Amino acid sequence: MPTINSIEDLKRLREEAQKIKEMRDQAGKTQIVVGMGTIGIAAGARETLKTILTFIEENHLPDIILRQTGNLGLSGMDPVVKVTLPDQEEVSYCKVNPDIARKIMQDHVVDGNVLTDYLLKV
Amino acid sequence: MRELALHILDIAENSISAGANRIEIMVKQDTRNDELCLSVMDNGKGMDEELLAKVMNPFITSRTTRKVGLGIPLLKQAAEACNGGLTIESEPGKGTRLTAKFQECHIDRMPLGNLADTFLTLLLGTPEVNFVLDYQVNDEVFYFDDSEVKEAIEGMSLTDYRVIEYLTNTIRDGINETKKYAIKQGVDHAHD
Repeated sequence: MPTINSIEDLKRLREEAQKIKEMRDQAGKTQIVVGMGTIGIAAGARETLKTILTFIEENHLPDIILRQTGNLGLSGMDPVVKVTLPDQEEVSYCKVNPDIARKIMQDHVVDGNVLTDYLLKV
Repeated sequence: MRELALHILDIAENSISAGANRIEIMVKQDTRNDELCLSVMDNGKGMDEELLAKVMNPFITSRTTRKVGLGIPLLKQAAEACNGGLTIESEPGKGTRLTAKFQECHIDRMPLGNLADTFLTLLLGTPEVNFVLDYQVNDEVFYFDDSEVKEAIEGMSLTDYRVIEYLTNTIRDGINETKKYAIKQGVDHAHD
């Protein structure tokens, strides 16, 4: 970072610091992504996402980033849920109904055990 | 799809794919004119006339236009089956507005379904986009702009359990109050 000469520089400095902070924050959190393409929605992806939200709410789970995204291009496998625990590889689950979603939240997200029965095999 | 709310979610996904950072969802149940109108308006990249024609017709889809799916033709068909129709206004670089109209009390009209869950999915699952919900039943209006909430909790995660709880309650209650008003007016919403 060059010398700070103006308010604008200061603002840029703050923005950069913010970005680094965000990246660090991201790394310490569990990421959950639910595929929400047309087929996913028709297969119940909204209910799957709602179940995950309710689980977070009821169990007061901290540090979770939940996202929905358009088609993941895995037709026939919907609803698809991807889970990434901090410092671990992404794990993809397929045909996740609300019951399986609750299991994933309890066993994988809370207890750290991957549920091999529901893994997406490509 | 069994709910109009699921169609709304599907259409809003198109807006997100189009790079919109503001998406406004409007649902208007006008029982006096026997009309149900829903619209999704975004400030995404818009479509030219060629693409517009393609998204309306399911049979033109090919490998190269993979992003053009069945969502819009399905909703169009559902609207037309209920004495309504679907229109899209779009301008490249400006945005798109999709509107679907139904005869409100048509026997084949899909129930509105869970509008609250559709809106929460979008709002919580896509924090970088500003979502607005405008739900009207005759003169009763529930208007919700998430920018106030998102500003108030800036720096905090939207998926904090207290934030989820607050948003779930606010949106669900707002929609339910509006629906209750319709029932009080003697409107038959048995299938909603």
